[in-house]
Amino acid sequence: MKYMSEYRDPDLARKYLTEIENTVSRPWSIMEVCGGQTHSLVKNGIIEMLPKKITMIHGPGCPVCVTPLHLIDKAIYLATEKKVILCSFGDMLRVPGSKKSLLEAKAEGADIRILYSPLEAVTIAEQHPDKDVVFFAVGFETTAPANALSVLHAHRRGVGNYAILASHVLVPPAIKAVIDDEESQIDGFLAAGHVCTIMGNAAYHPLSSHYKVPIVVTGFEPLDVLQGILMVLRQLEQSTAKVENQYARIVREEGNIEAQKVINEVFEVQDQMWRGIGKIPQSGYAVREKYAAHDAMKKYQVNITEAPENPKCISGQIMKGIKKPFECSQFGKTCKPTNPLGAPMVSSEGACAAYYHFSGMVEA
Amino acid sequence: MQLQCPMPQLDFDVITLGHGSGGVLTNKLLDSGVFDLLGNEILNERHDGAFLELQGKTAFSTDSFLVSPIFFPGGNIGELAVNGTVNDLAMCGAKPKYLSLSFIIEEGLPVAQFWDILVAIKFACEKAGVHVVTGDTKVVEKGKGDKIFINTAGIGTVHPKADISTKNIRKGDKIIVSAPIATHGMAIMSVREGLEFDSEITSDTTNLNHTILSLIAHFGRDIHLLTDPTRGGVATVLKEIAQSAGLGIEIVQRNLPLHDQVASACELLGLDPLYVANEGVFLAFVDDQSAQAVLQKLQQDPNGGQARIIGSVVEDHPKQVIMESAIGGKRVISMLPGEQLPRIC
Repeated sequence: MKYMSEYRDPDLARKYLTEIENTVSRPWSIMEVCGGQTHSLVKNGIIEMLPKKITMIHGPGCPVCVTPLHLIDKAIYLATEKKVILCSFGDMLRVPGSKKSLLEAKAEGADIRILYSPLEAVTIAEQHPDKDVVFFAVGFETTAPANALSVLHAHRRGVGNYAILASHVLVPPAIKAVIDDEESQIDGFLAAGHVCTIMGNAAYHPLSSHYKVPIVVTGFEPLDVLQGILMVLRQLEQSTAKVENQYARIVREEGNIEAQKVINEVFEVQDQMWRGIGKIPQSGYAVREKYAAHDAMKKYQVNITEAPENPKCISGQIMKGIKKPFECSQFGKTCKPTNPLGAPMVSSEGACAAYYHFSGMVEA
Repeated sequence: MQLQCPMPQLDFDVITLGHGSGGVLTNKLLDSGVFDLLGNEILNERHDGAFLELQGKTAFSTDSFLVSPIFFPGGNIGELAVNGTVNDLAMCGAKPKYLSLSFIIEEGLPVAQFWDILVAIKFACEKAGVHVVTGDTKVVEKGKGDKIFINTAGIGTVHPKADISTKNIRKGDKIIVSAPIATHGMAIMSVREGLEFDSEITSDTTNLNHTILSLIAHFGRDIHLLTDPTRGGVATVLKEIAQSAGLGIEIVQRNLPLHDQVASACELLGLDPLYVANEGVFLAFVDDQSAQAVLQKLQQDPNGGQARIIGSVVEDHPKQVIMESAIGGKRVISMLPGEQLPRIC
């Protein structure tokens, strides 16, 4: 099939693997930043196919996983107490808040709807002028343009009963936080291709040159990931450190300028809490004052504060690549996809959940 | 082909609570609808239950149908309710004979829609060669249901050559999938509120009993196990079988038949077709010696034109299902913690 099977060709995959085998001379740790890449690695069995000298470290790139607990609590509060129609991307629903998940709140009667596009939420708001509609705007830079566009759309059409509950996280500051952590030892990065599709590669050049670390903007199909690994590896073996673009069929150096304009119109950069990691400076988006009427944070005075994480969860160390899921004493025992203790077990793109599903552990 | 029967003139447009109360309205609905369309000697007795003559080993199965929306590309809840139970009996190696049919209707359902569902039931029964012999209709208040729920139960006589059981699976058995997977689930998904997308994917819901019984007549005990991977999809069913048989299962991703449109829709929505629901599809665990002959026979059947051998039973990794990925890697197939939810990116 056009643009799918081409990037899953077993013969080409073998060629890349041979080339990787021939290139690697010593152990290296490479972090794939995005959960979509983690998913591709495990789903296609790539980790087992790579030479033992290459260790893949699964980064913090699952926006569902890193959404702070108290924001999930807020979303649930809006749906149950304020009786809003709460719209969300599907995989947010199973993530547990401090007391329950959106899926459980839905089962108890809250009006919670799964959508693919925030623009549909604006349409729902227009269809239900007597109800407030809130879209749980979660994601990296990738989903930001559509979320911002929904605010602009509602603003222009005068849809006063529409707001977003924004929980946006930004990739470059997270990479910086990972490198800055003294315990983490990552030699190179696969940057998230779809984030760069929107934002371009500009933010990665200073990171790469300052920290002397190869960064390869990489796609999500198995051949993309294999080629990305090979490109990082060649740089490491040649002691170079620069930004390269494996995903050139999609990503332009400058990104999508129109999408960036929409983001900048609606959002401003702020410090952001990452579940399992903590506060990272300048790593999130807040809705600008101009659009406060469509900002659920301002529209609804909700007195829900930070909720404590389970102290047994080592998700911060997992997401910075310091530990592997198997090295956690709770993994697969008290912590499972049906009862996640922390961020990386909550979505199928989280490192722990991906390991759990694709390693054959069975829910008791 | 659009199957139609003219709807009778009725003095009501929507179904109300009175239609489930057992009084005059109930009788009007039954007389002008159910009995006219589905009537047969046994049903027309209108007794509290049906008297049946059965010989030999008998299979019995039941299922409830709550699909939303009730009309979807390629069918409606009526034929789904007949085919579902008919196929469950077929998976037992049985010839389906009699069905019970119960409706739980939410008041306000347009009679025209109920009629369309009844017509679909009639034609599905005729195609499968089964008779509705007993039934029930209840109506619940608005908001207490979702348009219409249907329960069917079915009885069939097991083919004398059939011996279908998880216990019969052994090392070397080949696993055949009868048709492209994930088609029904994605047809429903394409019209589900909030997720609509333009596609031409239509449900493959159909009765599989004639296909199955012809295979059993030819190959008898070489067919070790039959199952239809409805909810949870192929992955969940294979995992259940591996666990209950205590054997390993290996499948090869590139051998899984999948329509292009279905594959694209799954990619777009972030869903894994292995976990998407199927209707007109079955899995057969077949003795290694006869696998090719079974496949050839199945491929000549209208329900099996795209049948494939997707894997085999092994002694290694007991209770585990391992899939060779498209690029040749290995991946463990496990059960999902709940319903498969669309992924964010």
